[in-house]
Amino acid sequence: MIPAAFEYYRPTSMEGVLALLQEHGDEARVLAGGHSLIPMMKLRMADVPHLIDLQGIAGLSGITIDGGTIRIGTMTTQHDIIGDAALTAAAPIMAEAALQIADPQVRYMGTVGGNVANGDPGNDMPGLMQCLDAHFHLIGPEGERTVAARDFYDSAYMTAREDDEVLTAITFAVPVGGHAYEKQKRKIGDYATAAAAVQISKEGGKVAAASIAMTNLSDTPVWSEAAGAALVGTDCGADAIKAAVAAMLADIDPTEDNRGPVAFKRHVAGIVLGRAIARAWSRA
Amino acid sequence: MSNKMHVKLNVNGTDHEFLAEPRELLIYALREKLNITGPHVGCETSHCGACTVTLNGKSVKSCTMFVAQANGAEITTIEGLGSPDALHVLQENFKEHHGLQCGFCTPGMITRAAKLLEENPNPTEEEVRFGIAGNICRCTGYQNIVKSILSAASELNSAKEAAQ
Ligand SMILES: Cc1cc2nc3c(=O)[nH]c(=O)nc-3n(C[C@H](O)[C@H](O)[C@H](O)COP(=O)(O)OP(=O)(O)OC[C@H]3O[C@@H](n4cnc5c(N)ncnc54)[C@H](O)[C@@H]3O)c2cc1C
Ligand code: FES
Ligand code: FES
Repeated sequence: MIPAAFEYYRPTSMEGVLALLQEHGDEARVLAGGHSLIPMMKLRMADVPHLIDLQGIAGLSGITIDGGTIRIGTMTTQHDIIGDAALTAAAPIMAEAALQIADPQVRYMGTVGGNVANGDPGNDMPGLMQCLDAHFHLIGPEGERTVAARDFYDSAYMTAREDDEVLTAITFAVPVGGHAYEKQKRKIGDYATAAAAVQISKEGGKVAAASIAMTNLSDTPVWSEAAGAALVGTDCGADAIKAAVAAMLADIDPTEDNRGPVAFKRHVAGIVLGRAIARAWSRA
Repeated sequence: MSNKMHVKLNVNGTDHEFLAEPRELLIYALREKLNITGPHVGCETSHCGACTVTLNGKSVKSCTMFVAQANGAEITTIEGLGSPDALHVLQENFKEHHGLQCGFCTPGMITRAAKLLEENPNPTEEEVRFGIAGNICRCTGYQNIVKSILSAASELNSAKEAAQ
């Protein structure tokens, strides 16, 4: 479990990071918490001759809530998210999801930015960000730009981020209504067999709006517009949930792996989503 | 490319300086360079927690950190919590309640538990179980580990009350 040798850098400014990325091209990668990248390097599935550690750069972590917008710096850890009372009051789905990621040690190190930039279909934050309609803030040699989470993922490990761009923050509007993050996994520390992020708002006893995304059931997260639409205007009863689940099942494309065959994954996806919708509705 | 770098670590209150390749894992720097063999290598794949140390106030699996990342850090290992003559209250309670059998997981388990009790001095049984979920034990079935940690917590709390 010894990774290939690399040159290590710990720049103290973003200009320094961008200069290194430009100089070394696809031979360079940034390192956040390292809890996805280091295991890949140890397995020699990732070869990173130039490793640029972001820990020396001030201002990349922290959570602010301002005028209805939540901003989370890229180096904010899952542990930070769980411990932030203001965030939990404004967007309780964040802590509910973070608590279902990995184990305490991993959560102290794993960052939000690393989780969404990684592009692994097993990561929990990308689906959650699509549910919340978050935006990712990138900086590169051409300056800054913003990409919607719903447009960010092309396929496994392929994202809209260019090799010489760095993620600086994610932002999203303070969500309204009830929430749920429901995850089925084989054991603590395992990635999802299926997971669902749901936000539902209520008006006059009916669903006013619903946003639904699922994780690890395709080579990207799946935000299903049709699943959300199936709930709108209903009383969120059994028939509406059935229709939303059917819509989601039409949008996912799971593959067989050590978490089970396709039929099993589709079954689990339906159960997990049904539970998530019911819980979100009960809180709406 | 195998250039070595100067690494400075403060481990259990003592400063160390040495040369290492950046890719060296922290666990091997601790065990092989500094002879601090409390933290164990169980799985080497970030799953078992036997290598847990406290690094700048976080419980960290030291098999999943390059020594270069740790450069400049303050680290506490099991050796920094207690000694054979002056056991830490967690060590005392693991001994008392049979919180170990083979002992392989114990240094990581106790180092993690110490951090857990620092952050949550009055945990429920469920919170203890959730808080040590990153540490695997092949022997005990966890029952006595949980008992040991809960007992250490109440001992620490009574000591705090008595001091007030
Ligand atoms: C035992 C174990 C269990 C786990 N279980 C789960 C789980 O259930 N769910 C889950 O979601 N995750 C899980 N993880 C992964 C964990 O949450 C990772 O920490 C997280 O996916 C990546 O965050 P990181 O900060 O560690 O990123 P790193 O590993 O440092 O980086 C990951 C990738 O993102 C890139 N990157 C990082 N930051 C930036 C940035 N600012 N800009 C551009 N690119 C960047 C890196 O170059 C790298 O390619 C698990 C990890 C372990 C070891
Ligand atoms: S040896 Fe580090 S987690 Fe198992
Ligand atoms: S006591 Fe043997 S592994 Fe825990």
